Amino acid sequence: MTDPVRIPTMAELAAAGEAPEVLFWVGCAGAFDDRARRITKAFVRILHAAKVRFAVLGTEESCTGDPARRAGNEFLFQMQAQQNVAVLNGYGVKRIVTACPHCFNTLRNEYPALGGSYEVMHHTQFINALLKEGRIKVEGGDFKGKRITFHDPCYLGRGNGEYEAPREVLLKLDAALVEMKRSRAQGFCCGAGGAQMFKEAEPGDKEVNHERSEEAVATGAQIIAAGCPFCNTMLTDGVKKLQQEGRVQVLDVAELIAGAGEL
Amino acid sequence: MSPAQLLFIALLAGGGILFGRNLMRVRRNILLGRDEDRSNRRAERWAVMARVALGQGKMVVRPVAGLLHIVVYAGFVIINIEVLEIVVDGVFGTHRAFAFLGPAYDLLIGSFEVLALGVWAACAIFLVRRNLIRLRRFVMKELDGWPRTDANLILATEIALMSAFLLMNAADLALQQQQVEHYVQVGAFPVSGPLASLLGLHALAPSTLIAIERTCWWFHIIGIMAFLNYLVVSKHLHILLAFPNTWYSKLEPRTKVAEMPRVADEVRSMLDATVPPPAAAAPRTVAGAEMPERFGARDVFDLTWKNLLDAYTCTECGRCTSECPANLTGKLLSPRKVMMDTRDRLEEVGRAIDVGKGTWKDDGRSLHTRISEEELWACTTCNACTQACPVNIDPVDIIMQMRRYKVMEESSTRPALTGMFNNVENNGAPWAFGPDKRMDWARS
Repeated sequence: MTDPVRIPTMAELAAAGEAPEVLFWVGCAGAFDDRARRITKAFVRILHAAKVRFAVLGTEESCTGDPARRAGNEFLFQMQAQQNVAVLNGYGVKRIVTACPHCFNTLRNEYPALGGSYEVMHHTQFINALLKEGRIKVEGGDFKGKRITFHDPCYLGRGNGEYEAPREVLLKLDAALVEMKRSRAQGFCCGAGGAQMFKEAEPGDKEVNHERSEEAVATGAQIIAAGCPFCNTMLTDGVKKLQQEGRVQVLDVAELIAGAGEL
Repeated sequence: MSPAQLLFIALLAGGGILFGRNLMRVRRNILLGRDEDRSNRRAERWAVMARVALGQGKMVVRPVAGLLHIVVYAGFVIINIEVLEIVVDGVFGTHRAFAFLGPAYDLLIGSFEVLALGVWAACAIFLVRRNLIRLRRFVMKELDGWPRTDANLILATEIALMSAFLLMNAADLALQQQQVEHYVQVGAFPVSGPLASLLGLHALAPSTLIAIERTCWWFHIIGIMAFLNYLVVSKHLHILLAFPNTWYSKLEPRTKVAEMPRVADEVRSMLDATVPPPAAAAPRTVAGAEMPERFGARDVFDLTWKNLLDAYTCTECGRCTSECPANLTGKLLSPRKVMMDTRDRLEEVGRAIDVGKGTWKDDGRSLHTRISEEELWACTTCNACTQACPVNIDPVDIIMQMRRYKVMEESSTRPALTGMFNNVENNGAPWAFGPDKRMDWARS
């Protein structure tokens, strides 16, 4: 998928006097990280296929402030958050979808206190709704019969109580969904949360992502499905460390749906 | 009034007053924390308390420990009806004052006995789990010394109390069967009946049996009064505080971090010239000492009262730590230790305030004396600990506030995080990519 895609921005739509159905909040990982960019593009293919009128903020998007806040820098979080709220409210944004559970959590739970109240959806929830409304159709495809295990992102699952949407989406692939020993509310962190993504781990016996990757590989799954760009990075590293990259793939739920439907 | 009645009333009053004073001290310590309003959404709060504390909803996630705990919990609650009878008998010099209930009384005593046996067995199994099977969460370093002794003492005491209760009934039954005056023929004894036969109590003289019965009766009530007052020096306060602690649970999504309204106001004024900077906060005096306004938590005074209630509620079960990804991969962080350290520091501060006759003088120590940066920076904020806690304690909130203090008051953080801060500040992203590159993904 190397074709350049037309991505409308909020500024363009506003200039034309239009408003999108939903704002796609790309997130820093989705915009800058090579691996996460593929997730962004897969999700865009789904949005196109479903004929969703969406837009992005483009150069006006800025970090939600999540890592700054979790790392204790409340001033920096407030700077980011208040400026983002001003931009979002300036465009009269009502609905936001994002492929990052950390952006999702911050936009959904932490911006209302700053005057930014939106209907915020994680992309797995959004895709699930598109499937239920029949706006996209997915039947098995390449992943039919494959063993898939879903890794619950902490900020989606325990944080916001969403365990089912990603699983419901994955069931559309006619795949064998297998659960890890620790899943849903007992799901085990990938190790990236709380700003750990941006620092070295503290001294210990083992990396958190190796522990989790071992558990995922132990299910015998050929695909580890993720719903977070940071989990994706951590699990991909873990699978490499276990020298299982030839047998086990780490893919985002959006990549699986886009891939299966050949959207 | 007989000397025994007077002695009993004195014991009851003395124990009660002491307990009241102890509880007031705990309350005072908890209120050393910052104010926070958690009185909203009352219907939800009652529902959480009913489900989590009353209904033990989170205990049974681990079925073995959960079911055994429910036996002990039910035993504790229901056997207290028996304690009520003991109190009535003690004050009025009666014997089995509730006997007039007839068949209902038989049912009560019978069920107390079955529960007492259940409690006895559950506590014995708990002792085995701690000391012989040595489950990881019970043998960790942070339990060395007093915490481990405390746990074993509690279990041993409960076994002793239950033994006394059953032996008392066994002796009572033997006395009833010997038709000794004063010992009315009442009650059902499904456990102490066989126990009496086993011990051959029927062959003993009434005077010996009365001595056994009275000794056990006094042991039981003295034991309960002592246990009540032991609670406050022990981790066992959870039997009371679990209820308020769950009522005051965080009701927002777990991963929502607590607000700092003052910082928000300051930033609002920085970004908008028409918004005046917030006025200086009103000085806060705690235990005769003026507390400076701080960003984040240096000491217990900077935490909220709910954090401190959490600390007193923690019974050191270690379910949090046994699900903590940092701890399970050998990092220093243990959420249980964070709670124990908070409580120990609060107790230390409380004792100093007692010595200072109600006033606090800075002792140069703080929460950070006990909880290291290495522990704070190991947390992934995954909230496995808050999910696991059977009484809704929130260690992540304390960790976050201590991180805030480190970063905003001491400018102390991990080097890579300083880089991340700089990137967010300069580029609006945690990496060194400028906003002009935000749309490159669509072109690649």
